[in-house]
Amino acid sequence: MAYSYQLKRVDFIFRNENDYEKVLSATIKKKPEDIINELISSELKGRGGAGFPTGLKWKLTAESKAPKKYVICNADEGEPGTFKDREILSKVPYKVLTAMAVCGYVTGATEGFIYLRGEYKFLEEELKKVIDEFHYYCKEINLDFTIKIFMGSGAYICGEETALMESMQGRRGEPRNKPPFPTQAGYMNMPTVVNNVETLVHAFTIFKYGAKKFYDLGVQYSRGTKLFSVSGDTPKPGIYELELGMSLQDFVYEFGDGDTKAVQVGGASGFLVPRKKFKDTAIGYEGKLVGISLPTGGSMMLFNSSRSMFNVLDNYLEFFREESCGQCTPCRVGCQQLLLGIKAVKRGEKPASYLNKLLKLTETMQLTAKCGLGQSVANSFSSIVENFREEMIY
Amino acid sequence: MNPIESLIKDLADQHGRKRESLLPVMQGVVQQEKFLSEYSMVEIAREMDIPAAEVFGTATFYSFLETKPAGKYIIRVCRTITCAMKGKNQLLFAIQDMLKIKTGETTPDKRFTLLETNCLGWCHKAPAMLINDEVYTEVTPEKAREILTGYMKDI
Repeated sequence: MAYSYQLKRVDFIFRNENDYEKVLSATIKKKPEDIINELISSELKGRGGAGFPTGLKWKLTAESKAPKKYVICNADEGEPGTFKDREILSKVPYKVLTAMAVCGYVTGATEGFIYLRGEYKFLEEELKKVIDEFHYYCKEINLDFTIKIFMGSGAYICGEETALMESMQGRRGEPRNKPPFPTQAGYMNMPTVVNNVETLVHAFTIFKYGAKKFYDLGVQYSRGTKLFSVSGDTPKPGIYELELGMSLQDFVYEFGDGDTKAVQVGGASGFLVPRKKFKDTAIGYEGKLVGISLPTGGSMMLFNSSRSMFNVLDNYLEFFREESCGQCTPCRVGCQQLLLGIKAVKRGEKPASYLNKLLKLTETMQLTAKCGLGQSVANSFSSIVENFREEMIY
Repeated sequence: MNPIESLIKDLADQHGRKRESLLPVMQGVVQQEKFLSEYSMVEIAREMDIPAAEVFGTATFYSFLETKPAGKYIIRVCRTITCAMKGKNQLLFAIQDMLKIKTGETTPDKRFTLLETNCLGWCHKAPAMLINDEVYTEVTPEKAREILTGYMKDI
């Protein structure tokens, strides 16, 4: 690599800003187009994992004509190894609310929701108080925007935006076909912006400090900072805000326990990177010039050499089998068969070559599953099976 | 009106009777009753004018909407990867041993139900568990016994 990235600790997200009122009132004095252009020029991308440009999402929703529009904050943080959104909502909730209100102003929405996963119900009461205070301030500056909390009930798939909206409409959390995208027809079939908790906090930073400050952090195509949820075999698990674009090697130097065998980037639906590929892997969105770049919702799980990769994969597949909504066949049957398949190979009931059949199956799932869940099972499955084949067999 | 009927009526009055209110209403019943019985689901369907099959279909989709009888305290131990690596099984054994039930069962006195659940979002403080809405992290078997003793005293 031409440039060696060091880990760059940053402190924007949890920095205590006691002036959300000022930021909100100053921002909504600007023209909506100017706010959108600011966001677009910052190159902020969705921090939930998918990485859709946030400014563009707001723009598309603003341009949709409809009698009603909605803003949804996606706090259904269910990806194994991710726990940053909980921390944001308990430490700096007002930043999230401010960005939601600005989004409402820009797009013409007057109602916002925070979809909070059932596992985080303990946050609800405190969050309600902050929202009440916030409403009071919105009234004071004549901003017509209200926020409600919608509680989830324990379903990973509801983090998928269309499943989330189905759930809010009182149905099974089954993803919809896309298009139409939520920016055209979302909650109650009205144009809807769905943003991850962290994305909204970055938007707040941009409103307060300007797009340039954000843009100057990170690397090409991956601007700004990102919260990383670090767990597994590490002496310092926790939540860290780092610049995007770091090399995985540097990350492991900082967080590994000296015996790191592999790192799972992006949770169970992400990729497993073995030791020999650490130095060629950068953490950011695709498009970097050299090496492999892996996007992540922030989940970084480290495994040392005492861990069996078979057990890791087995655990992921159990997870997917249970969390698959069951709507489309490739995902429903695929997850079950992958799990049965690796167990059969391990027990010696199937030959090792059966793993190749299973890899083919994940390819099919990637092509034919309806939503990100079924499509991304292939990521962890193939990266584990290809790099740790012996561990799957013996 | 029996208690469940009036609970459901109150919840429907509070949240509304549109389809969007179905989850909050069901969550309210679970909060109070710990699970959705067939009777409650039919009653919700009647009160909100939604087909009973739709109510059943929606309820069974969500893992926190129990449709089997559950105890006063529902213990959910996280089984996802980091917790599994950091001693989830020892934790489960300790709880099973103390309550004399297996995972998925409820104690005969209807006080405790023991379940496993998917990622709770506390991987940096694994292993983690929920007792109703309360979170406990870095739970060693020893710590679990203490926590449960506390709940057992509470009547």
